Amino acid sequence: MKRYFSFLWQCGRISFVGGWRYHTWMTVLTILSLIGLYAYCQQLVHGLVTTGMTDQVSWGLYIANFTFLVGMAAAAAMLVIPVYVYRNMQLYDVVVFGELLAVSVIIMCLMFVTVDLGRPDRFLHMLQRFNFPISMLTWDVLALTGYLLLNLHICGYLIYCSYCGREPSKAFYIPFVFIAIVWAISIHTVTAFLYVGLGGRPFWNSAIIAPRFLASAFAAGPAFIILTLQIVRRYTRHRVNDDSLLTLRRIVQVAMIINAFLLGCEVFTEFYTDSAHSASAHYLFLGLHGRSGLVPWIWTAIVFNLVATVLFVLPASRALRTLNIACILAVLGIWIEKGMGLIIPAFVPTPLGEIVEYVPTAHEIMVCVGIWAFGLLLYTVFVRISVPVLAGELTHEKRYGEPARRVQGVQSS
Amino acid sequence: MASHSHSLGGPSRRQRVAPASRRWGHRRDAGATVTRRGFIGKGAAVLAGAAGVAAALSPLRHLSPNDIPTAEKFFQKHYKEMTPEDKQAVLERIEREVANRHCAIADVQAHEPLDGVEFLYALNLSRCIGCRKCVFACVKENNCSRGPEIQYIRVLKMEKGSIDVETSDHHYDPSQVPEHDSYYMPVQCHQCANPPCVKVCPVEATWQEPDGITVVDYDWCIGCRYCEAACPYWARRFNFAEPTIPRDELTTDMGYLSNRPRPKGVMEKCTFCLQRTRRGRLPACVEVCPTGSRKFGNVLDPDSEVAYILKHKRVFVFKEDLGTLPRFFYYFDERGSRYHEPIAPVAPGGEA
Repeated sequence: MKRYFSFLWQCGRISFVGGWRYHTWMTVLTILSLIGLYAYCQQLVHGLVTTGMTDQVSWGLYIANFTFLVGMAAAAAMLVIPVYVYRNMQLYDVVVFGELLAVSVIIMCLMFVTVDLGRPDRFLHMLQRFNFPISMLTWDVLALTGYLLLNLHICGYLIYCSYCGREPSKAFYIPFVFIAIVWAISIHTVTAFLYVGLGGRPFWNSAIIAPRFLASAFAAGPAFIILTLQIVRRYTRHRVNDDSLLTLRRIVQVAMIINAFLLGCEVFTEFYTDSAHSASAHYLFLGLHGRSGLVPWIWTAIVFNLVATVLFVLPASRALRTLNIACILAVLGIWIEKGMGLIIPAFVPTPLGEIVEYVPTAHEIMVCVGIWAFGLLLYTVFVRISVPVLAGELTHEKRYGEPARRVQGVQSS
Repeated sequence: MASHSHSLGGPSRRQRVAPASRRWGHRRDAGATVTRRGFIGKGAAVLAGAAGVAAALSPLRHLSPNDIPTAEKFFQKHYKEMTPEDKQAVLERIEREVANRHCAIADVQAHEPLDGVEFLYALNLSRCIGCRKCVFACVKENNCSRGPEIQYIRVLKMEKGSIDVETSDHHYDPSQVPEHDSYYMPVQCHQCANPPCVKVCPVEATWQEPDGITVVDYDWCIGCRYCEAACPYWARRFNFAEPTIPRDELTTDMGYLSNRPRPKGVMEKCTFCLQRTRRGRLPACVEVCPTGSRKFGNVLDPDSEVAYILKHKRVFVFKEDLGTLPRFFYYFDERGSRYHEPIAPVAPGGEA
């Protein structure tokens, strides 16, 4: 127990230690998070009227970001599966970064849901009358917290074992790794069902949403991880070999193609049928009755996604610089497609045919930026801690000498 | 890898190579090596951080006392779990709150559903002239917020010959209604027998009562707006801001589940005016309708007007394909419709 507290102490201490780049980066993130907190406090005082949401478009940027991030979290499975199922050892060294990403991203998800609530002070009502299994939102709460705990356990255990300088016991984490794989698929499926199950919203009421979610998640997530690994390898001494990046590239490649295919299926169904139910799709892609707020967004997303897909398919993206560009395009494209492109059009037109466009307010954007900054802050800290610990540079023994004797020494001093 | 000392992992390597004597006991070590400059720098960083947090939290100063839940409110039970004594205490608390905030003496009651009653609504599309008197009566009766505006009834001006709401006009504003080439279709909560909004609520803050009315416990709703997304009739409203009601327009006859003032951040909806209808009165919208387009009653009573309409009129429900089984029926008159012969425009309240 004492050793565990010393581990936590060391983790806390080391997150404040770093070069000037690290400190600048962390300061900027802290300032952005605090600006987000400020905007959220204003929202608490005045209500959600500070956002651009209305009774017509009752979900906006918060839920859009939430949806995208659930996908990012699920994508950790795309690193875990090759390692633990197919024994692809190239990814073994980096799999923990995927799991840590899942942890920080799920925390962001929970924050996005919380800021979207009108009465966050009544959060405990969830525990008292939980409408399970009827409400899909309760499923989502269970799925997300479960996934958070699983990943916290896996990463925490592996890092702590490394800190103690002992081999992790397989029985303590391998079963959880496999549960987490299935769970990763489930978090995104359940999140899709949240929308799919609403008969009154024909834009969502389509069975292809869940597979589309997974495909886009398995593209955006690993793409993001490629980018973080590039940074890890540039600025730390953690070894990330080219092969692991290229393995991830292959995953993104396939996922992007499937994603584009599924999007094509959706677009065909909506526009060839051309029934009254395709009004939202019309609004999204072409504009409806002269309102076309989302049209530039979705076409940007499509262009980004197509360029990224082509880049991923071409051998050119084996060059790491091109790979980075492709990854950035894929992440941005999918963020727009799944956020603005999937959540908002379902509300336009309303079930009564009214067209009210949604424009996020500065407040709302500040809260979103704040949560993103906080998530990045968390992830940076996680990486900052795990790199030296996993490399065996920061262990209990090295900090406190011979475990038993030295610990006693600390106690007496 | 270049420039290790600037890297994330850099400093830990320095620790690794430090002599054993310095490595161990970092607390003392840190104390020993603190320079004045380092101390001031760290102190300034901590101060700046604290100031930043304080500044970020500063808007909370403006939080009104009503927004901070008292222990009584915080631990209030779900409506269905309250004992009669609990209910009494809560109702008295709400009366006190209304007295404080609206300077009015309100009678807040927990109206129970009546046995052998299932309410049903029927709306005659042949007669409605689109005067929106129902909207105003509803807002007044139900203490809906005037700013931001919350209205449970939306009257759609429909193109003759079409039932497609997408071609409807929500914001028609002529000098006189009805207009020649349109008909009007008011939409409000359909009190579905298979309500999608109830299904999705994560905390059971909304449910269907035995008399068919779907209600919201405003003290239980967490404001996630999932029900608003689920409703195919756009019948639910969210309090994006603190609702405002002019003091002299407050309806003081209040129900816990219906027209008592709502806090911000929760959902609300039409309750068929249960504070009236559970005591044998008609909903405000029915009472005010100048053309008699709106019919309301107990469908389990075979002699009721709504039972007659269901049996003898050409009724239909809106969005039947969704399987929501509404308790709100639209119908057309076979005879006496104002659409049978060309009509001269009539003033609101007039009859074709």
